[in-house]
Amino acid sequence: MSEFEVKRKDIDDISILYLKGYLDAHTASDFESALDTLVCEERVRIIVNLSELVYISSAGLGVFMGFIEDIRKKNGDIKMAEPSKKVMRVFELLGFQVLYQIFENEQEAVEKYNTSKK
Amino acid sequence: MTHKVKNYKLKIPSDTENLEIIRKFVAGIARKVGFKNDDIHKIELAVDEACTNVIQHAYKNQKKQSIDIAIKLDFQKFSIVITDKGEGFDFQEIDIPQMDEYLAELRVGGLGIYLMKTLMDEVNYKKTNGKNQVRMVKYLLDKDKKSKNK
Repeated sequence: MSEFEVKRKDIDDISILYLKGYLDAHTASDFESALDTLVCEERVRIIVNLSELVYISSAGLGVFMGFIEDIRKKNGDIKMAEPSKKVMRVFELLGFQVLYQIFENEQEAVEKYNTSKK
Repeated sequence: MTHKVKNYKLKIPSDTENLEIIRKFVAGIARKVGFKNDDIHKIELAVDEACTNVIQHAYKNQKKQSIDIAIKLDFQKFSIVITDKGEGFDFQEIDIPQMDEYLAELRVGGLGIYLMKTLMDEVNYKKTNGKNQVRMVKYLLDKDKKSKNK
């Protein structure tokens, strides 16, 4: 069974999800639930920290795609931070860097939200 | 030089929880025959996508069906054949999204076949005697022999 874990940390109105392990068709629903919970709580300024994510397939990519429109309509965003080279290569293959802001470290993503605060 | 053909097989229930076992099986063989990390990752991702399609679309998430994975190394040609007895589809007719349009429209799903065709050197599909077969090829060294099948 694929090992996968999602942890969450809230900093003011920003929520950070830490993904760990393998994100595939078996584990994508865990990530989907975590994002769903945030949307239900109207916490839509989201950072996904990928530093411990070792693998992603299209099932995982589809979760990002499935939420982004709704979250942006609510004036939120999903920003990504600290992807490994392996994960980043998959994003690049699909042009995800065009659609999502991807930061080398989490703090930069937090600052990006803070500077765009109204 | 001796021409040695190597064959490897795995038969496994069509359950997404087995994707990890499938990836390990394929990656282990790819490593053993001499692929580097970057290509091993491409092969395991392409096989994951193909098997996910089988589980979710051909077998519609029925976990008691089975998937057959056969790997053959013939000289520099690493072929993976994935066979199922589920509902088939015309692989050639699946629209490969233009990624800029795809992202602009924020469509969900349908990325798997795009990835398979992008990651592997050859991908094709056939249906015979009620079986669906996806065959993917990656060449081990000789990049000149690569022919993109997109």
